[in-house]
Amino acid sequence: MTPLDDVFRDEWGRVLAALIGFLGDLDLAEEAAQDAFAVAAERWPREGAPDHPRAWLVTTARNRAIDRLRRDRTLAAKTRLLEVPEAVEDDLDETVIRDERLELLFTCCHPALALDAQVALTLRTLGGLSTEEIARAFLVPEETMKKRLVRAKHKIKAAGIPFRVPPAHLLPDRLAAVLAVVYLIFNEGYGGRGELAGEAIRLGRALVELMPDEPEAHALLALMLINDARRDARFVDGTVVLLRDQDRSLWDVEQIEEGRALLDRAIALGGRGPYELQAAIAALHSDEPQDWPQLAALYGELARVTGSPVVELNQAAAVAEAGDVEGALALVEGLELEQYHYLHATRAELLRRLDRVDEARAAYGRALELVHSDAERRFLELRLAELPD
Amino acid sequence: MKYLMLIHQGDTPTPRDPEAWATLSEDEQQAVYADYQAINQTPGVTPGLGLDDPSTATTVRVEDGRTLTTDGPFVAVKEALGGYLVFEADDLDAAIQLAARIPAARLGGAVEVRPVVEY
Repeated sequence: MTPLDDVFRDEWGRVLAALIGFLGDLDLAEEAAQDAFAVAAERWPREGAPDHPRAWLVTTARNRAIDRLRRDRTLAAKTRLLEVPEAVEDDLDETVIRDERLELLFTCCHPALALDAQVALTLRTLGGLSTEEIARAFLVPEETMKKRLVRAKHKIKAAGIPFRVPPAHLLPDRLAAVLAVVYLIFNEGYGGRGELAGEAIRLGRALVELMPDEPEAHALLALMLINDARRDARFVDGTVVLLRDQDRSLWDVEQIEEGRALLDRAIALGGRGPYELQAAIAALHSDEPQDWPQLAALYGELARVTGSPVVELNQAAAVAEAGDVEGALALVEGLELEQYHYLHATRAELLRRLDRVDEARAAYGRALELVHSDAERRFLELRLAELPD
Repeated sequence: MKYLMLIHQGDTPTPRDPEAWATLSEDEQQAVYADYQAINQTPGVTPGLGLDDPSTATTVRVEDGRTLTTDGPFVAVKEALGGYLVFEADDLDAAIQLAARIPAARLGGAVEVRPVVEY
């Protein structure tokens, strides 16, 4: 990355959000921001960066937008622009520009938009990723992603999706949607595409900065940091390595500590939501030795909060590690997750420990029928081969 | 902004079907009337005209200049429009909030919120 790319990544979301606040139109704001960044790319290397890069970008973009609107008066009549005085370059510093990224985030993650559109818009507007980059990250053709973004932006405008932080009575639901989008981006990245995990962490940091009193925002960032800290140890030669077999020297200890501190802050702020439970679980998994009874209890609580059978499956694994393999097997066999390969892999592992080898073999076979990822497949094949005859 | 609220009754019990209507308690029936009344009196709401049952609908098409009529609504009876109203609101959040107060939305039907294009 050149220094200019860094500025671009750091400032894009803020500049765009400020412009939307000013212009009241996402497309116009995006075009203006692109113009301003293009001028910067051309001018800054030659003349040096201005003292207040963000203010310079916002002011330049604003003036560009005004020029554009003057050329198109019918459009001008439809924007808020006529109500504002002309902006002049160079007399703004950063402090007078309101940070409106939170408004933008709530717009992008509005439940009236499809989830895949929420994700794409968030990455485009706040992350500053190009359409092509987002398409590549989600393995869809660029044209498809372009249409998805155009359609979503059109809906925001046509249906009147507001650019604001929701009022208190809507906030819990809307915040949950924002957190879900960020975590979804992280998990896409956790499956191997690291740039998305990094992007989700950037968004998580912004969210903590913007909502410093919100426990779940801290908890989500904690969760992502702790899981991401183990990334280098999760794969060896393209094969998934289980937590207990991971080389702990590959863990990013500093990042885990940062995650723990954020988790403490989340707990101090008084919530007990799903991200806090997950972050607490992730932190406990980083301990040596792991406190399995405590983990089983936290998974149990998380299963109650989320109603997720996948969490119950994890609870079963923790129960087994805590010593009760029979109890764990009973939990697993009560779950309706027939199409989920982890269910069969977990069941196989428990049966193996109970020396029920034939049943274990059948369960590994079923897991292998269902698995999609090559790394997971190699892991299962290894386990199956290790079974005694 | 102006929104058209299309009320799809779905499985919602209505007084037009006395058997289904009787599955609601007296209190629930009163609440349905009271809710519709409150919605119609909400500032910004222009109540729609009352529609008769979808089974009374006639669907008209024109093919090669010939008018073709068929019995029943264009979509399946269950998906047919049961009523509508117009709501003038600041933004989609306000429209969603009003839509959620329409009894059909909680009784087995759904409300489609459509922005009205203004030229």
